[in-house]
Amino acid sequence: MEKLINDEIRSWIGRADKPIRILVSRRDIVKYSIATEQLNPKYLHGDEAPPMFLFGADRALTRIPDLGPDGLRQDSLLPDLPLKRVMAGGVRQRHMRPIVPGDTLLITRSITDIYEKYGSSGALIFVVYDISVTSEEGELVMQQTQNRIIR
Amino acid sequence: MPNLNQLKVGDALPERNHHPTNVSLFLYNAAIWNPHRIHYDERYTTDVENHPGIIIDGPLQGDWLTQAVINWLGDDGQLVEFEYSNRRASILGETLTSGGSVTSISGTTVALDIFIRNEAGEVVTPGNAIVRITA
Repeated sequence: MEKLINDEIRSWIGRADKPIRILVSRRDIVKYSIATEQLNPKYLHGDEAPPMFLFGADRALTRIPDLGPDGLRQDSLLPDLPLKRVMAGGVRQRHMRPIVPGDTLLITRSITDIYEKYGSSGALIFVVYDISVTSEEGELVMQQTQNRIIR
Repeated sequence: MPNLNQLKVGDALPERNHHPTNVSLFLYNAAIWNPHRIHYDERYTTDVENHPGIIIDGPLQGDWLTQAVINWLGDDGQLVEFEYSNRRASILGETLTSGGSVTSISGTTVALDIFIRNEAGEVVTPGNAIVRITA
């Protein structure tokens, strides 16, 4: 079977984005909590962020002309792959402490692996990201491994 | 909330049904700033990306898994670690069910299997979690 991942693609393993600095606001926590239909008042009041609150916050914001035909932004950390359709694949996440309004966080994303698999629906490429969230003082707040599937 | 003295392997977490709508998916994708058209543009989703309909976000299902654990725990514990894998696409209009069960207990640390299941009974998003019970 033809290999989908060449040396150029493999050379992306280990690359990292510039850290993104975000300020956590109570209103953003409340919006997220409503959208995800949280039941716990501490989330609905915005006193604390639900565990998945930062999903997507690891990527830079881009202007509308820079969005692709699928609506997705050009990802600074996704090589040019022979497959194009992107799906969420899964997450592994560990929390060191809760995230609360007023937190200023640094989010750093890097590629830790790229591999291919052949399933019943055909070829798939997995891109694995490590996302670490720290305070400005360098305290580790959250560690996430995220898989994206390209089919 | 679980009582550590009475908790045993095999105990089930309460199940919850999730029936996302166009509006709830719109709000979720706005909240995470996700402009991918498979979550709001049905014609594009079916004609170009060849899905049977609007896709329910994988990380939204991940969030529901964390809620299955947190709502069971109440104020008497912490979700320390979790993982999940989006194995099968779910389509707007489906009702999904979140739940889980206890797989091991070691001191105050409890391991759980967690799942999102579709109406056909298939687990579309399996996962597991580790919690620490403080009470």
